[in-house]
Amino acid sequence: MINFIARRVVNMFFLLIVVSFVGFWIIQLPPGSILDVQIQRLRMQGGNIPESMIQALRDRYGVDDPFYIQYWKWVSRSLQGDFGTSFETDQKVAERIYNRLGFSVTLSVIALVFTWLVSIPIGVYSATHRYTWPDYIITFIQFLGLSIPGFLLALILLITASRLWDQPIGGLFSPQYADAPWSIAKVLDFLRHVWIAIVVLAIGATAGLTRVMRANLLDVLNMQYIQTARAKGLKESTVIWKHAVRNAIHPLVMALGTLLPALVVGETLIAIILSLPTIGPLYLDALRSQDMYLAGTILVMLSALLLIGNLLADLLLAWVDPRVRLE
Amino acid sequence: MATTASKLPKVAKGKKQEDVGQIPQWKLMVRRFSQSKLSVGALFVLGVMYVIMIFSDFLAPYPHDVLDSNNAFAPPTQIVWGPEGPGIYGLKQELDMERFQWIYTPDPSVIYPIRFFVQGHEYYFLGLFPSRLHLFGVEAPPEANARVFLWGADKEGRDLFSRVLKGSQISLTLGFFGVFLFVVIGSIVGTASGYFGGALDNLIQRLIELIRSFPDLPLYMALAAALPLNVPITVRYFLITVIIALVGWTGLAREVRGKVLAFRSADYTAAAIAAGASHWHIITRHLMPNAMSHIVVVGMLSIPGAIGLETALSFLGLGILPPAVSWGILLRDAQSVQAVVTYPWLLIPVILLIITVMSFNLLGDGVRDAVDPYA
Repeated sequence: MINFIARRVVNMFFLLIVVSFVGFWIIQLPPGSILDVQIQRLRMQGGNIPESMIQALRDRYGVDDPFYIQYWKWVSRSLQGDFGTSFETDQKVAERIYNRLGFSVTLSVIALVFTWLVSIPIGVYSATHRYTWPDYIITFIQFLGLSIPGFLLALILLITASRLWDQPIGGLFSPQYADAPWSIAKVLDFLRHVWIAIVVLAIGATAGLTRVMRANLLDVLNMQYIQTARAKGLKESTVIWKHAVRNAIHPLVMALGTLLPALVVGETLIAIILSLPTIGPLYLDALRSQDMYLAGTILVMLSALLLIGNLLADLLLAWVDPRVRLE
Repeated sequence: MATTASKLPKVAKGKKQEDVGQIPQWKLMVRRFSQSKLSVGALFVLGVMYVIMIFSDFLAPYPHDVLDSNNAFAPPTQIVWGPEGPGIYGLKQELDMERFQWIYTPDPSVIYPIRFFVQGHEYYFLGLFPSRLHLFGVEAPPEANARVFLWGADKEGRDLFSRVLKGSQISLTLGFFGVFLFVVIGSIVGTASGYFGGALDNLIQRLIELIRSFPDLPLYMALAAALPLNVPITVRYFLITVIIALVGWTGLAREVRGKVLAFRSADYTAAAIAAGASHWHIITRHLMPNAMSHIVVVGMLSIPGAIGLETALSFLGLGILPPAVSWGILLRDAQSVQAVVTYPWLLIPVILLIITVMSFNLLGDGVRDAVDPYA
């Protein structure tokens, strides 16, 4: 087992190095940089800017350095926890990212819990009541959830909600709660702002997991040990929940690792539509203004999240199913 | 869905199976596909949409990019019956100072007739044949404010109906071509990887692993942001297709590799090798036909995602750029809740997009069930 973990971790580490290199290369591809925009702005404000000042700015940001030197500077500083200063706002990249990444992960974790709480019971119900009307309805809703793109659903929910009642638009808190300490009222206010995002995030994942749960449980219910359990005279609920569900739930455990990063990523578009201050809109702004350190850092961070999630999924699987370890 | 087939009553299924050995496979596929009523319906809906797309320039009464400040946010035009058949009233534009909105009141004194098969702005049918013929148009003197907006106008006074039609030319095709490209790349690379194995396989698998280490939407966004801005729309269209293909092929390549690995160790492949068949012969005669049904299914099921992706990128301002128009561009207008609540017709592109994506999903499900008609 230790051998297995070590191999996976080393593998991930190498992959992360290559990913950061390629990621940074993609981000710096477009010609020009945010520095050009900034110089333009300074010119508009103050008329003529001495050439020496522009040169100083260029040196500071390392705009003229060849690509590999830029990359090396960026990586060596990142490893020390200093992600550089964002061109656009002069704020520390780390600060900007951590604030928003916190909200992104919070939203995703809530959506994840929601997904699990909903998809297991519904999947079980759907499998045990196969080919009944509720099963058809569940299948139909699953289909809708899988096939409508999340951002369109967010748009529709937002419009419906703001038409029907006083749905706050944008932001995470109402002004009066923004700086208040945490309280029940503040949590409720937070949920009122973000429920659409959570529902939209959860709905796609829930639809997928419910389907997986249903299919697995149907397979397991055909096993002989289920027949044996029933023959012993166990209660049906014990047969289902203790014998069948426990054996059908493995793929859902596996999905845990891949789901979290997927949710953090999926939140990008939805947050832009709902104007929530999370990582997605920040990334879009950074890309648009060619703020390459900020955009590069976010891209590599999201990749790291994905890789770590995959690693966790592999480890969980190896823990749950010993056969995997031998391969 | 797999359930669509299994839902069918047992008797009907048993009856069909009698002649299964006698009729060609493609007939079995058509039969299985037509059993799924939803998929057939989806195919019909998509067929209608694509026919409309082909004739979109002919059907659109106005160019998609002509600004008209006299008709900003004009509501869908009311069609009235005049002495010369259908017609419309002219519009009077006033500003509601309180709510700061344009208010339009029809002026019933004159009816401007709607004419069919009229000459209008020039376009190229299928991009080849110049034409000025349009299905319909309003006959009105230039000074009268009488334009027919079937689906209302946007904030620049552009006809939404014409814009949706024009946008379909990009939205309904870009995802399609992107998927086609990645299916070609994925099958070739996957087959090569599985068949030749060794160092090549190793290299390809590492490359796939690398691409898949990036979260897909942020990677698409970064690549799209790196595209040059000052290029003609056709070039940008092509580049976005390439981006969709560059990231998308990896999943398919892995699956094809798995299939090819299995077929490679099958007896018939061993027999072909023993008989001295060339690599090319084995790949094209024994491996590809076996993997084809799987490739087609993956391709079909990827189209809705690719269409959604193009829309999302254009919506974010990283895909197709104005003045060109795609449904993603039209969604940008529907982004503001205030605007949509006041001018609900801005939501029409959203509804069309959902219908398209769902139809492709249903169609893909039907095809998935149909390619294995013996099951």
